[in-house]
Amino acid sequence: MSVKPTVFFTRSAPPNGVALLAQECELQIWESEDPIPREELLRRVKGIHALFVHPPIRVDSELFDAAGPQLKVVGTMSVGLDHVDLAECKKRNIPVGNTPGVLTSAVAELTVTLLLATARRMKQAFQAVHNGSWGTWESGMWMTGTLLEGKTLGVVGLGRIGMAATRRLKPFGFSKILYCGRSKKSYDAEVGAEFVDFLQLLKESDIVIATCSITDENKGLFNKRAFKAMKNTSIFINVTRGALVNQDDLFEALTTGEIGSAGIDVTTPEPLATDDKLLSLSNLTVSPHIGSATVESRSAMCEVTARNILAGLKGEPLPSPVLI
Amino acid sequence: MTSPSLCRLRNFLIRVNTSISSSCHQNTRKMSSVKPSVYVTRRVPLPGKEILASECNVTQWDQDDPVPRDELLRQVKGKDGIFCLLTEKIDEELILAAGPQLKVVGTMSVGYDHVDLAACKKHNIKVGFTPGVLTNAVAELTVALLLTTSRRLKEAMAEVVNGGWGTWKPLWLCGQGLDGATVGIVGLGRIGLTVGKCLKPFAVQKFLYSDAFENPGAAEIGAQRVPLDELLANSDFVLACCALTPETKEMFNKDVFKKMKKNAIFINTSRGGVVQQDDLYDALKSGEIGAAGLDVTVPEPLPTNSPLLTLNNCVILPHIASATDKSRSSMSELTAKNILAALNGEKMPTEVQIN
Repeated sequence: MSVKPTVFFTRSAPPNGVALLAQECELQIWESEDPIPREELLRRVKGIHALFVHPPIRVDSELFDAAGPQLKVVGTMSVGLDHVDLAECKKRNIPVGNTPGVLTSAVAELTVTLLLATARRMKQAFQAVHNGSWGTWESGMWMTGTLLEGKTLGVVGLGRIGMAATRRLKPFGFSKILYCGRSKKSYDAEVGAEFVDFLQLLKESDIVIATCSITDENKGLFNKRAFKAMKNTSIFINVTRGALVNQDDLFEALTTGEIGSAGIDVTTPEPLATDDKLLSLSNLTVSPHIGSATVESRSAMCEVTARNILAGLKGEPLPSPVLI
Repeated sequence: MTSPSLCRLRNFLIRVNTSISSSCHQNTRKMSSVKPSVYVTRRVPLPGKEILASECNVTQWDQDDPVPRDELLRQVKGKDGIFCLLTEKIDEELILAAGPQLKVVGTMSVGYDHVDLAACKKHNIKVGFTPGVLTNAVAELTVALLLTTSRRLKEAMAEVVNGGWGTWKPLWLCGQGLDGATVGIVGLGRIGLTVGKCLKPFAVQKFLYSDAFENPGAAEIGAQRVPLDELLANSDFVLACCALTPETKEMFNKDVFKKMKKNAIFINTSRGGVVQQDDLYDALKSGEIGAAGLDVTVPEPLPTNSPLLTLNNCVILPHIASATDKSRSSMSELTAKNILAALNGEKMPTEVQIN
């Protein structure tokens, strides 16, 4: 009688993916709503065959050593990989699967949501509804926000998510769409986007959205220098990773009027401390990393991750592998 | 009898009589070139006031708060035109208070449910409004409100400050995506159609609309005109983009919410009056529908102790759909131009067609 391989889940997961794996594996799930403490995690992964992981839990040599050489596959329920030491995975011959594609729609949609909520000052508007200051008129200019129509949009990273967000933004009638990245994309004509360098994008754009993947090279890309190059009326949106932004510089830029307003779905750390100075800003909207948070998307991500793990356990090619 | 004093008196009376005659003459000449008078019911964006002041005598309630009714009725007396907002009821009482010389009312809004059109028609008063110049601003805010509601952004923002972020459930704060959804637009006018165009690239599977009339523009988004009940039964998102009229007043009531899907998201950026608000509260609380996003309520402002404000699945904004600098300035300008045109006997840029 063969023993079922063990899969450890670093968080509870939507039922579909769990059911898929339960057929062929023994499941160990960290069910608590609180994040698993690191020491506990290192204890629990000992002897497992597969890891079903969620960011920001670090998958590194420490974890691999704790798990043991029988660990055959890592499936991360995310498209982002900054929590996974890919070099270490390659060294140990451990395939890694992630979930691009199935979350693209949801993240692109949330990018537009965050942009519109920031542009139309929803944080302040909600406060006014609750605190009784609704009723002010200010000569017809109370709570006026930014109209997207006629503005210049700058997309930092025209990949899957950047393209999906830009497609959704196109009907708003931007006068110009610019993008920057490592290379020009062959498909940019579909949205009429013009390839420029980062600095030019910052100077010319009224709206700057960051939808690129995070690498060692672009950590802290949005710093004092970048914010200084941007327009004083500009809106900045980040849905990539907190590490793309120097948060102190962002705070400075928003308080001094170097940029107009910002909306971020990702921070350093996550969660952000409830007394973080960023949360005191009325021109900053922070959402708790809900980019992929739709029922459809999370269920699909879970299923893909489960299938990645099943394939890895069998020594088969992963349906959605990370090319290391 | 001719005494010197009588002569002096006679000469004095003649002089006085002459001077009165000549000044009457002057007054007659002035009256034919007298500027029309316009009353502006609030402090409004400057462009509109400047346009009016160039040709009219402008009196204004130069305050941020709405003009009290009794003051309004006093101030409109003798005016040729009125520049108002949606806070002023233009009815028989006001028209009579103004007097028969009143020629035009320009409202700085696209909605005119606060204007009694029948009374205006009866008294031969033209009505100007502001379609077009606010369409994009309103459409953008409608989409913003829809997404904020469907993606639970308000709840999510609250979790960031209240310590809820950090705990994890698999479907924590999961919202409803637009892709694959059916969107039903109640009232496919300028605003409804622009909203539809903005939503199209979100991979919406189907657009339905219900309206008194067929809109040829519907083809641009492939929207199909259906009876209201069909729209309600099939739509994942129901958008109220219709005008408030006697026919649409409180149309969104208990029965309508019952006909909607359990997961349906209801968005209203038209007028609070199209919704039976107590029924909406019940529907949201009981799970009869999924969630609602409102930019308009009854009353406005909504009292801070309104039960709607206690619901996690109800997002309320303080009527900011047209609130962009450009839009509000344009609305002010257009209202002034409507009024001037009517006063000059010219075609108004945007006149309400009263049937």
